[in-house]
Amino acid sequence: MSTLVAQRDRFGETMNALCERDPRVVLLDGDLANSTKADKVATAHPERFFMMGIAEQNLAGVAAGLASVGLQPWVASFAAFLATRDLDQIRVVVAQPGLDVKLAAHYSGILTGYTGKTHQVANDIAIMRSLPHMAVVAPCDALEAETAMLAINRYEGPVYLRLTRDPAPIISDGLPFVLGRGVKLREGRDIAVLSTGGQTLRAYEAVKTLEQRGVNASLLHLPTIKPLDVAAVVDAAKSTGCVLTCEEHSVLGGLGGAVAEVLAQHHPTRVSRLGLRDVDAESGPNDALLHKYGLTADDIVKAACDLLNV
Amino acid sequence: MTDAELQRAGNQIRRRALTAVHHAGAGHIGGVFSCADMLAALYFAELRIDPQQPHWPERDRFILSKGHCAVGLYTALALRGYFDVAELDTFDAIDSRLQGHPDMTKLPGIDMSTGSLGQGLSPGVGMALGARILDKGFRTWVMLGDGEVQEGQIWEAAFIASRYNLSNLTAILDWNHLQQYGWSTSQGYAAVARRDPVDAPVAKWSAFGWQVFECDGHNVADFRAACRRATSVTTGPAIIVAHTVKGKGVSFMQNDYGWHSRPISDAELAQAIAELNAADDALLENRA
Repeated sequence: MSTLVAQRDRFGETMNALCERDPRVVLLDGDLANSTKADKVATAHPERFFMMGIAEQNLAGVAAGLASVGLQPWVASFAAFLATRDLDQIRVVVAQPGLDVKLAAHYSGILTGYTGKTHQVANDIAIMRSLPHMAVVAPCDALEAETAMLAINRYEGPVYLRLTRDPAPIISDGLPFVLGRGVKLREGRDIAVLSTGGQTLRAYEAVKTLEQRGVNASLLHLPTIKPLDVAAVVDAAKSTGCVLTCEEHSVLGGLGGAVAEVLAQHHPTRVSRLGLRDVDAESGPNDALLHKYGLTADDIVKAACDLLNV
Repeated sequence: MTDAELQRAGNQIRRRALTAVHHAGAGHIGGVFSCADMLAALYFAELRIDPQQPHWPERDRFILSKGHCAVGLYTALALRGYFDVAELDTFDAIDSRLQGHPDMTKLPGIDMSTGSLGQGLSPGVGMALGARILDKGFRTWVMLGDGEVQEGQIWEAAFIASRYNLSNLTAILDWNHLQQYGWSTSQGYAAVARRDPVDAPVAKWSAFGWQVFECDGHNVADFRAACRRATSVTTGPAIIVAHTVKGKGVSFMQNDYGWHSRPISDAELAQAIAELNAADDALLENRA
């Protein structure tokens, strides 16, 4: 097991690197800087750091104004608030004009550090991918969060970057991040496991367990949910004949929804979607949450076996 | 332009916008007429702009937060030379650059897309903050409706503008005393009279740390004097609270919430144009 690294720590460090190389970059905080690690920028580059108070609607609008005059604002807040509290502002002044605003959505999913359902969000991918012009990115680990941020900085347009809270292993070493591209982490012929975000870490464990049980599963990590890598998804379905999607998100409208839409159109395939089953989660330790809400590696193994009737 | 010429330009905005609304078959009128004189003063005198270079980085920014009054802004832009006045008759038509609400991706000269009320001041804060970061000298102007200041986001933005001492930000409140439907008075909802959309705006903005300057929004000399005072403030943001009349300039539209948005008949158009022409004639006589 490699060293554990939190995406938010790497976020703060990478923001500092971006501030050093790109004079357009500024960081807006919604009074969560010591949680999101935007505080690293507040310390190292105070002239690039703007605390906007506990007021997400204004936060999104200010970002749009900054982008309109040629800056590249990164907005750091919690996913639960960033994707919902200011949704109309993101819709009208960020997504519709296609402004170069980067929404860094921390504490996504349900592993949010004993906060309960008010601070958890499992429908943000569904919301954000339904907005025209909005790209949606969910890195699997801290290293991919960094490489994704570098690519997002070079991309011009609004991006929703879905980040996780807690330290986790690095599995993306040596993998390039290309916006809109899936990453094949494992070849296989029996079943295609498609995953995004931190859930890819659990899927990675699951496909190894499946191999031990005689199931040869491929694993396609999709760090960009929008634009989705349609060719890679179709190829995964064609080469195996059945697909299991995994995400720390609702089964409604997230990666599973996106994959089902693509396959229904391009290559009808049996798809099973693993995620939150249209329920709110709750407070608790991560292991207990993953177990109760069916998101562990063992749950992925079981879902794959159920799909294959083995 | 002289103040009298600006005053007539305000009526020209009213006439041409009304013709466009008549042509489109529907549109917002009352709130366009309440801010028409200020739009004339801004686009023909106050804003540092160049119609030949709508994307000039040093230009002043203008945000029409009360985006439903788009046709007034389009008319000001056309009369100022941003595009052919004839294009105003494409307002609200399919494929038009003149959308029902201002769309910065379609029409050069629109600095921010608006329409969902209460959203315009925040991008204005971002532009003003951006000017400071980029060490640019442009000013950001935001025109607010008196109904939309009921949105909480306005006060989030007001708080932050003050906290960052944004003296390069000037807001204008078009205080025309009527919103789309509003609250009834003791006469009930069947009456034309309505309660004011906002109580004591001067005290509210002052409490949020803004410098407040009141003026008659239909007297361009008075409005321009308020602009001079507001833009002279160096310690923080300033707002011009402009006393205006919804539907100003046409007898049967003034102070009637029903003219917030509605189709206009041929006869109504003719009468309105005649009244606005007469007002212009009176201005000319005053000057003579």
